[in-house]
Amino acid sequence: MLEAQGLSFSIAGFSLLRDIDLRVEPGKVTAIIGPNGAGKTSLLRLLTGEQRPTAGNIALSGRPLGDWSSTQLASVMAVLPQSSRLDFPFTAREVVMMGRIPHATGLVRDTAIVDAALTAVDGSYLDKRFYTHMSGGEKQRVQLARVLAQIWEPVTDHARVLILDEPTSSFDLAHQQLTITNMRSFAAQGVGVLVVIHDLNMAARCADQLLVLSCGRIAACGSPQQVLTATTIKQVFNVDVSIGINPLTGTPLVIA
Amino acid sequence: MHRLPPRAFMVVALVLLVLAVLLGLLVGPVQIAPVKLLTLWSADQDMDGRVLELIRLPRVLLAALVGACLASCGAVMQGLFRNPLADPSLIGVSSGASVGASCVIFFGGFGFLGSGLGLPAIAIGAFLGGMAATAVVYRLATSVTGTSVSTMLLAGIAITALAGAVTSLFSFFADNEMLRRISLWQMGNLDSANWHRVMVIAAVVIPLVSVLPREGRALNAMLLGESEARHLGIGVEQLKRRLIVLTALGVGVAVAVSGVVAFVGLIVPHLVRLLIGPDHRYLIPGSALLGAVLLLLADTGARTLMSPAELPTGVITALLGAPFFVALLLRQRRGLVS
Repeated sequence: MLEAQGLSFSIAGFSLLRDIDLRVEPGKVTAIIGPNGAGKTSLLRLLTGEQRPTAGNIALSGRPLGDWSSTQLASVMAVLPQSSRLDFPFTAREVVMMGRIPHATGLVRDTAIVDAALTAVDGSYLDKRFYTHMSGGEKQRVQLARVLAQIWEPVTDHARVLILDEPTSSFDLAHQQLTITNMRSFAAQGVGVLVVIHDLNMAARCADQLLVLSCGRIAACGSPQQVLTATTIKQVFNVDVSIGINPLTGTPLVIA
Repeated sequence: MHRLPPRAFMVVALVLLVLAVLLGLLVGPVQIAPVKLLTLWSADQDMDGRVLELIRLPRVLLAALVGACLASCGAVMQGLFRNPLADPSLIGVSSGASVGASCVIFFGGFGFLGSGLGLPAIAIGAFLGGMAATAVVYRLATSVTGTSVSTMLLAGIAITALAGAVTSLFSFFADNEMLRRISLWQMGNLDSANWHRVMVIAAVVIPLVSVLPREGRALNAMLLGESEARHLGIGVEQLKRRLIVLTALGVGVAVAVSGVVAFVGLIVPHLVRLLIGPDHRYLIPGSALLGAVLLLLADTGARTLMSPAELPTGVITALLGAPFFVALLLRQRRGLVS
């Protein structure tokens, strides 16, 4: 479990995050929503150890994040940044294979995992294609397959963590659905999934727990039913909405 | 574009290397019969045998080692800067070396400089100049948060300009003889090859070329981005420091023994990437092999084209390299390649 307590973060006197408590529980999908500039990406940077919080503690499997070596951390935590630039003509397979760098599972096993990860994102057909020749959505799927391959199977008894920053931003409807399925199936294996997402209805459908960030603070936290209310959304996004029920999934449906 | 399997490419490049070595040994102002190769290191040598042993062989080895060194360092730099158009001179080594060399040519002697390794003072001056310039570039780009590769690029440009100005100052105040030596040195030349220089550069290049490919996987991850590499468990800051030190050392030694040989470090990795793909585990050794072949061929050309006069090797590499590079760029833009 990835657990943060009392996180604060400021850069050059600007307070970006204040007093954040958060638990990414194994087997659950936690989604962070909030307006632009609310501090979502900054929070991910702290949680992945990329930056140190000004105050507060982060622990993974009960051990302070700072005590993890980078290789150890990489073998249980995979992170998909918002966008990745890669200007070199690697094939999709080569890119996904990089997700296996933290592991020493051998070429045979790695190849099987890469195959499975590519299939999971509907990217098998991209196998030998050059990354530099792919569309935006295809590139994003290959990157997603790379981070899935990184934590494809448990390596120690530590719970795995999957962190995705806006994974569906350039996906079509089918691939958005597929990504939800992937997040759910990783969670079903006991992986703690943390995802930043802009589409409130997608968040409602994929998450067990929703965290609303606003101006660097937690504005609301709880199940989608508890959090996605007209009042909260008005307060945080300053938009009038009405809330219905998604007839297919029974989750809240935000109608703007 | 279809890629070649890396192993097949290595085999072909090795064969080419052997052929280029033979060509370099036998062709020159004096054509030497292949049988004379058998008299290498034997007691009963005639004139041709001695030319082979004392002149041709060291020169051929020097060309191959310098080519391998520049090309593999170029491959590493392009990976580190995440830019297929980067060149080892970006971190200021070559321009710093020019300052060092012209400083020694201008002020003369510094007899003590060369005494340790038996190398000419110019080579030592060039090496020290190159190291100093890289150190400045590295320091400028490094802060508490780590080394910024993009700042390094800009600092490299600034230091290169500054070093160019200092070299120009030396040239301006130099007399005719010094001026000629400075500009000849800057053209890059292998004509001062001897066994001593071969030993010095071999002592640096052979370990370097065997160590660099081990960083291949980490460099591949770096191409994804620094934070992506960090999330894959790569110690990014240490990796950058290690690679900058190694390439500065490699290019510094290469420049010290041969002057500024243009384009090998830029073109060869680029070409190898087109042939076998960007995976650094193969790109680095592949570039080393092809760099050795190309510089050997260029140097053989430099020795024979205007025989008995010799052209500076660096002029040949630039003359052939620049149009070739433009052709590559045009093909790539038309989408014919990769």
